[in-house]
Amino acid sequence: MIEAYIPDFYRILPEVILILAALGMLIEGSFRKITDSKLTARFCRNAIVAIVIAVVVLCIQHKSGENWVTFEGQIVQDDFIFLAKLLILVGSAAVLAISIPSLAKEQILSFEYAVLVLFATVGMLLMVEANDFISLFVGLEMQGLSLYVLAAINRDQLSSSEAALKYFVLGAISTCLYLYGTSLLYGFAGSTSFDVIGAVIRVESAVGLPLGFIIALVFIIASLAFKVSAVPFHMWTPDVYQGCPTAITAFIAAAPKVAGMIVFLRILVLPFILMYGEWQAIIVFLSFASMVLGAFAALRQTDIKRLLAYSSIGQMGYVLLGVAAGNDDGIQAVFVYITLYLVMIIGTFGCLLSLRGKGHFGVQNLQDLSGISTLHPKIAFILAAFMFSLAGIPPLAGFFAKLYVFKAAISAGLFGLAIIGVLTSVVASYYYLKIVKIMYFDEVPAAPTITFGQSVVVSPEMIVVLNACGIIILFFFIYPNPLLEMAQRAALALPI
Amino acid sequence: MINIAAILFYLFSGVLLSSAMMVVTARNTVHGVLFLILAFFNAAGLFILANAEFLALLLVVVYVGAVAVLFLFVVMMLNVEMGNIQKTAREYSVAGGLIGGTLAVELILMLYSWNTSPEAFEMISSPISKDGVTNTQALGNLIYTHYALIFQASGIILLIAMVGAIVLTLRHREGIRRQKIGDQLARDPKDSVSLVDISPGSGI
Repeated sequence: MIEAYIPDFYRILPEVILILAALGMLIEGSFRKITDSKLTARFCRNAIVAIVIAVVVLCIQHKSGENWVTFEGQIVQDDFIFLAKLLILVGSAAVLAISIPSLAKEQILSFEYAVLVLFATVGMLLMVEANDFISLFVGLEMQGLSLYVLAAINRDQLSSSEAALKYFVLGAISTCLYLYGTSLLYGFAGSTSFDVIGAVIRVESAVGLPLGFIIALVFIIASLAFKVSAVPFHMWTPDVYQGCPTAITAFIAAAPKVAGMIVFLRILVLPFILMYGEWQAIIVFLSFASMVLGAFAALRQTDIKRLLAYSSIGQMGYVLLGVAAGNDDGIQAVFVYITLYLVMIIGTFGCLLSLRGKGHFGVQNLQDLSGISTLHPKIAFILAAFMFSLAGIPPLAGFFAKLYVFKAAISAGLFGLAIIGVLTSVVASYYYLKIVKIMYFDEVPAAPTITFGQSVVVSPEMIVVLNACGIIILFFFIYPNPLLEMAQRAALALPI
Repeated sequence: MINIAAILFYLFSGVLLSSAMMVVTARNTVHGVLFLILAFFNAAGLFILANAEFLALLLVVVYVGAVAVLFLFVVMMLNVEMGNIQKTAREYSVAGGLIGGTLAVELILMLYSWNTSPEAFEMISSPISKDGVTNTQALGNLIYTHYALIFQASGIILLIAMVGAIVLTLRHREGIRRQKIGDQLARDPKDSVSLVDISPGSGI
């Protein structure tokens, strides 16, 4: 019965590297007498180096088209997961890079910032490579718990603590829903593995699927909708975005959304593919509600982070449109969309983080941006490019992201939803363009009561990230092939 | 024999459910925690009925011995005003009832579609004691072999929770007198103790 068994840690070497780096920093940080923003900045750079090493190891380990299964089927990797992991790692490193110069201003003084970001990244990697509801749960919790702590890291500021508490309570509810759904699934299928559950559903659906599967599916979708903040599970998003320090908001808005979407897609396509009819109706509703709310609720916002929160709700609606399509085109469109979303959101938050005034809050109100174009033409130009791209104006990358999603929806026969998507994107372009208008056509206040946005704070890493994001967004239409090929490879690995 | 087991099962689960109900509804939070302990004991009884004696003892040792006592400490320290909580709870009772009712209906609907597979009875009657593997060994096999990765990852999650607790609560304040054992032991009586001869009737 007892056999020699050595866990296959070679396969999860990137995760191991990140964990070791985080533990090393944790030990060094605890022995330091003083923790200040300088130490935190150095740790952020160390974390970026660790992530880069993990990326290199991941790329060396993975051979195109290769699949492997390890830890008794709890962890798998194929092209789709490999590319998703790459996105998550690059996204986390980029957010760390853009946050470095503003750490002191945002009052992120504790060195645990970098450590928690690394742990959250490991959690996200576990989420996307999980092939079992238990390992998925562990990944979800690892990521979630790190994010709750990150949201509260500025503990002396009331809004930050409030945001963290809301995030924590709603996250706990989402966890409960997930566990409830999974235990139902375990009760009906007798296993937590994606493969076994898929097989059981195949057998059962021949004779009529028990209701328990559908209820479990509903619970799991509801829980994941919390993670990607799809309406009606979006309530936490505006408050959390507004309350957290901007660097943390950028992190919450970027990679976790990507990981959540990938998990969404994997769960729906792997174990539940034969219940396509059931889940498509739910996803169509989520997508519809997110697109409409994201477009209309943001119109009256004056706080830029709140506005971006509603914008990200809307963007998730468009991604869900691709998920609802549920075909090969849909998966490709989702992949392209989340990649470009990651680029746009990191770029936008990078611009916001670089604008600094005498106060330490950075840009808070839309009016703080007025006349930035005369003061800082470069930042204003690149931010305007991101706004046009988020609005989906050709020839910027955001337009193509939306185009592929709508094409996929139409190929799946979801005409109504595609039309609503186009209409809401017209409505949403109002507030994106409003930001551009404020930057370029509003006068710099002669005697500004709020002196935000007066100076630019950057670091070398940040300039690299901002330029990379800007170049991708501006010139995607000239050479879109690499991303499209990636999406194709990903879609091939996820059979539908 | 079967009857005794059945009677015990209904006894344990009846007390378990009613004390769980009391945990939620008890006006006094300390009573709530005590009912929680009762619920843990009954759950342990159910585990013993299912031949899982290791889990039963673990439940008593860990949950009753450590977790519930910790809860008791927290409840006594926090001095929660139940009146306010119940007042706000009443405000949300309509929405809460609606969502709870929906969940209940879903559960009841689902019970109709439940069918127990023939192998399940066999598994219930001998859950782990096949081929002479003991309870503890079977659990160890699961945790440290089959779910090794998940076990390690759970360790990381606990570490994150610990880091979080420290980040959010530890404050380095000025003027705190900490124990420095080395300095304290190295003190010399000559430096700190002096003999003063005080004449009667006058102070120092």
